[in-house]
Amino acid sequence: MENKLVVSPSPHIHSGDTIEKNMYGVLVALIPAFLVALYVFRLDALIITALAVLFCVAFEYLIVKYIIKKTPTVLDGSAIITGVLLAFNVPSNLPVWILALGCLFAIGVVKLSFGGLGNNIFNPAIAGRIFLLISFPAQMTLWPAPDIAGAVDAVTSATVLGNLKSNPELLPSLQTMFFGTEAGSIGEMSALALLLGLGWLLWKKVITWHIPVSIMATVAIFTGIIYIFNPIPLYHPLIHLFSGGLMLGAVFMATDYVTSPMTKKGMLIYGVGIGFITVAIRLWGAYPEGVSFAILLMNAFTPLINNYTTPKRFGEVVKHG
Amino acid sequence: MLKTFRIGGIHPKEQKVSAGNAIQPIAIPNQVIIPLAQHIGAPCQPVVKKGDTVKVGTLIGKSVGFVSANIHSSVSGTVLKLDKTMDASGYRRDAVFIKVEGDEWEESIDRSPDLKKECNLSPGEILDKIAAAGIVGMGGATFPTHVKLTPPPGSRPEILIINGVECEPWLTSDHRLMMERTEEIMVGTTIVMKALNVDKAIIGIENNKKDAIEKFGKCAEAYPGISVEALKVQYPQGGEKQLIDALIGRQVPSGALPISVGAVVQNVGTVLAIYEAVQKNKPLVERVVTVTGKDVKLPCNILSRVGIPAANLIDAAGGLPETTGKIVSGGPMMGKALASIDVPVTKGTSGILLIPTLEAKRKAMKDCIRCAKCISVCPMGLNPTLLMNLTEFEVWDQAEKHRIADCIECGSCSYTCPADRPLLDHIRLGKGRVNTIIRNRKTNA
Repeated sequence: MENKLVVSPSPHIHSGDTIEKNMYGVLVALIPAFLVALYVFRLDALIITALAVLFCVAFEYLIVKYIIKKTPTVLDGSAIITGVLLAFNVPSNLPVWILALGCLFAIGVVKLSFGGLGNNIFNPAIAGRIFLLISFPAQMTLWPAPDIAGAVDAVTSATVLGNLKSNPELLPSLQTMFFGTEAGSIGEMSALALLLGLGWLLWKKVITWHIPVSIMATVAIFTGIIYIFNPIPLYHPLIHLFSGGLMLGAVFMATDYVTSPMTKKGMLIYGVGIGFITVAIRLWGAYPEGVSFAILLMNAFTPLINNYTTPKRFGEVVKHG
Repeated sequence: MLKTFRIGGIHPKEQKVSAGNAIQPIAIPNQVIIPLAQHIGAPCQPVVKKGDTVKVGTLIGKSVGFVSANIHSSVSGTVLKLDKTMDASGYRRDAVFIKVEGDEWEESIDRSPDLKKECNLSPGEILDKIAAAGIVGMGGATFPTHVKLTPPPGSRPEILIINGVECEPWLTSDHRLMMERTEEIMVGTTIVMKALNVDKAIIGIENNKKDAIEKFGKCAEAYPGISVEALKVQYPQGGEKQLIDALIGRQVPSGALPISVGAVVQNVGTVLAIYEAVQKNKPLVERVVTVTGKDVKLPCNILSRVGIPAANLIDAAGGLPETTGKIVSGGPMMGKALASIDVPVTKGTSGILLIPTLEAKRKAMKDCIRCAKCISVCPMGLNPTLLMNLTEFEVWDQAEKHRIADCIECGSCSYTCPADRPLLDHIRLGKGRVNTIIRNRKTNA
């Protein structure tokens, strides 16, 4: 008996939290948005999402096993999330070969070439989406009209943000944007569904409020100030909050553990940065949408932010006794 | 809203299965092994030799140096030999082996159960008695109590804080003491207040010990200046700095002692030992040890003499379960894994926890996913994953700058890490190195 005793330093118990639990927690939070996507785009949403997941998992498995020559850990859930998020960021009628290229870029270049989960600098899904947007601008901005009536979606239409600058008279109501039946990428339909996901993530303590709230608050305040002086739809804060990839980005993409800051102060700086860049691109940039560029840029600043922010130290809190 | 500390913290499953079981004494074996280093500081010099007869309470180890504490025989009998024995940390250290004969106590010790409230000694006399009795912090840190109660020149204590938190999962020894020795702990508190010359004391108890809070609350009505505060259950609230923050909202600055914010903290077990030393002349020769664990048949709280092997206590709790994979001296968060079942109970042994094999081994560590959960739980506001990296790459100046020396080794970071990274193992190593560097700099300056 005595020879079998394990001797190790404390602590001798563990919370039981695992990488898998956190990753699958994110996937559960994506369910409401996925259901809305199924309702709006029917089978197309299912096919694109399923294929993206399949591609990401397969690429990760093959690259880790045959090129890096290590034991693949594809079931930790991170490749599945990348697949789902990339699918949520593309139009539902994207050609499959383009989707496959995006997955290969996200997993092979952005994630694994840096050392895999935990070591990548940029969020794989965001970088994958931008790679596709720059490489295939036509296919990536051809939005099928929402298929609510069940009709074959032959018509393509512009997104809310696309119309904001050119034809504001074509804007859907705020209600439509909130519940989600406007044109756009698969996962960005309903702000409500994404907010439900945010609620779940906060409740399960997968993420903290700092990043999503600071992004949304910055966007609302920034556009709101301009709207006070110039009340046209282009500057309406609620339109900016509920349209495009803002909710999806703020809740699911910007909060990626690996590529976002680790201190609370850092998270706020990062969120405010994303909010500012997003609004700047949307209002004055060449692209109608700026969330993914904003996140990618702030990803690059994350190591710097981590370096210059420290947690609130014990002993530095103001006395109140 | 119940009070608690303001930064970090975790809430592991409480597992206080032995909370309802009254303290029971354990039979004294034929031989006890009393280590000469049972405290932080210099080990004692033995003052007995082979063949000497001793009684319960006979001085066998004399403290040398400022930070040290006397050691007394916990049994009566004959000294067999002075030899090495393995301590809880796995080191072989000097110890006195005593063959037990009967149970005869030194005449000076008052063994009557009567409560003795009056204490007419001066603060200096109280401290001398505490020093003579070899009392150390019984919450686990084992810092010599008379040293802690002697404030450094220029500092003035304002408030005494009594630690009845017992925030470690599984442990219930302090809880039982609070239930069964309430009045004596109260009198002990008044004695410490007198020694420190303070007129205010707060007893902090976590809200999972409602019976103890109620009992102390009633008892405190008769003692002016002493109040009882229920605290939200949160680990590591029993940490000195965390408890001061929780109770009086003051945070001890980095590198400073609690006295810098006017507070002195004493554990309830220590306060009881002080009562016994001052009022009954009884040196610290026994303590309450919780023997518990998932597969333990009879989880219990045992009043054990110092020097009795852990094996005897485990037998008293129904024997060693087949499943046992790890034996921990202390609680699961900060206790030490024993390398042998024969390690004796010492002044700092608050519990013996038997962990099943399945839960004894750690899982393989994965790459850090930078989830920052270690940062949110760290009660000192440190960045554990950064400190682990700095230690791995031996960047000591940065580790010092990021306050590695502030770590209280509570283990909340390792407990929380979803990637099973051994954060505290590394930080502990790095902290040792950085402390050495700081010390060397001071001596060279």
